[in-house]
Amino acid sequence: MENEGVVLSREGFAALLRALREDGYRLVGPTVRDGAIVYDTIGGIADLPEGWTEVQERGRYRLERRTDRALFGFAVGPESFKRSFFAPTVSLWRARRKDGSFVVLDRAAEMPRVALIGARACDLHAIAIQDRVLLEGPAVDPSYAARRRGAFVVALNCGTAGGTCFCVSMGTGPKAASGFDLALTELFDGEDHRFLVQVASPEGAAILARVPHGEAQKTDLEAAERVVQNTASQMGRSLDTTGIKELLYRNLDHPRWDDVADRCLACANCTLVCPTCFCSTVEDVTDLDGEHAERVQRWDSCFTLDHSYVHGGSVRPSTKSRYRQWLTHKLASWIDQFGTSGCVGCGRCVTWCPVGIDITEEVAAIRSTEKG
Amino acid sequence: MTARTDPWSPTPTRILRVRRETRDTFTVELEGQNRAFEPGQFNMLYLFGIGEVPVSISGDPGNPDVLVHTIRAVGTTTLAMKRQAKRGSALGVRGPFGSAWPVRAAEGDDLLIMAGGLGLAPLRPVMYHALRHRQRFGRVTLLYGARSPEDLLFRSEHGRWARKDCVVEVTVDRAGPNWVGRVGVVPALVDVTPLDPARTTAMLCGPEVMMRFSVRTLEARGLAHERIFVSMERSMKCAVGFCGHCQFGPTFVCKDGPVLRLDRIARLFGKREI
Ligand SMILES: Cc1cc2nc3c(=O)[nH]c(=O)nc-3n(C[C@H](O)[C@H](O)[C@H](O)COP(=O)(O)OP(=O)(O)OC[C@H]3O[C@@H](n4cnc5c(N)ncnc54)[C@H](O)[C@@H]3O)c2cc1C
Ligand code: SF4
Ligand code: SF4
Repeated sequence: MENEGVVLSREGFAALLRALREDGYRLVGPTVRDGAIVYDTIGGIADLPEGWTEVQERGRYRLERRTDRALFGFAVGPESFKRSFFAPTVSLWRARRKDGSFVVLDRAAEMPRVALIGARACDLHAIAIQDRVLLEGPAVDPSYAARRRGAFVVALNCGTAGGTCFCVSMGTGPKAASGFDLALTELFDGEDHRFLVQVASPEGAAILARVPHGEAQKTDLEAAERVVQNTASQMGRSLDTTGIKELLYRNLDHPRWDDVADRCLACANCTLVCPTCFCSTVEDVTDLDGEHAERVQRWDSCFTLDHSYVHGGSVRPSTKSRYRQWLTHKLASWIDQFGTSGCVGCGRCVTWCPVGIDITEEVAAIRSTEKG
Repeated sequence: MTARTDPWSPTPTRILRVRRETRDTFTVELEGQNRAFEPGQFNMLYLFGIGEVPVSISGDPGNPDVLVHTIRAVGTTTLAMKRQAKRGSALGVRGPFGSAWPVRAAEGDDLLIMAGGLGLAPLRPVMYHALRHRQRFGRVTLLYGARSPEDLLFRSEHGRWARKDCVVEVTVDRAGPNWVGRVGVVPALVDVTPLDPARTTAMLCGPEVMMRFSVRTLEARGLAHERIFVSMERSMKCAVGFCGHCQFGPTFVCKDGPVLRLDRIARLFGKREI
């Protein structure tokens, strides 16, 4: 295995993507669509958002041109890699009536392997968090496992912080620490555009060996270090996490929940864009003759009334209780459940909230006005 | 991925018998298929093409030949089950899931079993267990309430339980002139029950208001939260901790519960809209 010290030219990076495709991977990476940078299937570097960046603020997102030809010169778009493994809609099983009973039909579980291109540190933490929920608990989710298995990860150390990012506060970025095969830092030296590559797995080393690359110089390593340091210093937001679990547990009756409930539309956007949110619901359907049945799983959100519905009504009928559930789950009860925060500081919920509710500001407000 | 390792996949299971309990409640006996369970656990029951719902196991843990569920028809799935479940047809079963009543830890103790309405269903396995191993326990008391005499579950068994050295106190919210028993709420029955706080384990299941008031009366009698167990009900779609619906603070009711020791949830118990 090679250590930290390989450099890829732009052409070398293009060759790396080609090599991954040759090995049968479906490449999933950033691309521009409908005015945003989203993650989708890509063919190669031509599909990447070259020369684009974005301006993010609470409730605002706008693409802008960069002055350089950076391929990863933006922060994070509305979508994380969540949908690659935890799909928005999954057919869990199908069944057929038989002799007054039924038989469950086996479903094909083989999925094409995916290679994530340009996964940020926050998103890698989010994947590790979803692994804990769907792979590492008492039960394993077969559909998640089938998609997740054998995935190849090309991480990208962020060169730009978004206006709503706060990964430094959450201890999750901007430099990728684990969960990847290769980690790239995009470097510019005048017109010279290249990537410093950190190799973290035998699979990563093997594929890198097949594409033209060079030895990294000390100056490359230093330049890459400056890139992440610079990004870390640009965080658009911060969140004081000191004793945050206890803070929120103590303040379930804080008046701030009424205040935020007046603004929140319960639209569920925040949960859909969040890379760690894992709630789902199921729907049982039959075909017209009633002989075949199917169960379909879909993303769900704790902002819907149905989410907590039991016979007689919802456990959380008010928007206040649903916002409180969401925020206290993310930042407090998640720690008790899974040993980490449920928030990786990606800022998506802040950017994509139509009314600009900011999780960092809500916590700060509770902290600063706590009674006693 | 085979059906057996897939936690989402239901096992088709034949119905041996369906018994009417009350006007809206019925009991389904399914082939046991040697599924062992602990008192307090539940299964996910699937009616072909209609839906799947969590239902406690209400049968005898000592008899693995039948899997017994007592169901109240209240909505889409349970009403259709009431119409369609017949001997010879089948339901899908996933489970058993969840935590159990502490029947082993409570050996040597007095058992105080408090049930409201359908809450008796998940507690009936405790009655069966305690009466089978009667000498392992001190006093065994069942305090049970329902809306009306017609809503009382398992009435024919109450006498049998009482004859096996168990105190059975029954109350109803309201009754016609033919009812000679008690009228009132379950928590009030605690007042007419001897209770030694040093050696009593209380097990509660019923509507949350009933459990809340019962806890208050038990606290007033000096029973520590460590000795009180409640069974919670929340929406659940998966029963294995994936779907997120059943969260009660940090607790996943499906896998950490449904039976929970009160001191572990006391911070949130009785709080609204958690
Ligand atoms: C651990 C546990 C044990 C239970 N044990 C029993 C039992 O022994 N006997 C019994 O009759 N009922 C029991 N219930 C309640 C039973 O699951 C609901 O009555 C049932 O889900 C209602 O579904 P429905 O489609 O008929 O009603 P609808 O009102 O049409 O429900 C629509 C959906 O809401 C959800 N839902 C509605 N009510 C409940 C509820 N009370 N709890 C959880 N989800 C609900 C379900 O997902 C259901 O599919 C238990 C619930 C839980 C959580
Ligand atoms: S809560 Fe908001 S900032 Fe945190 S991980 Fe989810 S979307 Fe990102
Ligand atoms: S916080 Fe914002 S994004 Fe989330 S549900 Fe409320 S209005 Fe929608």
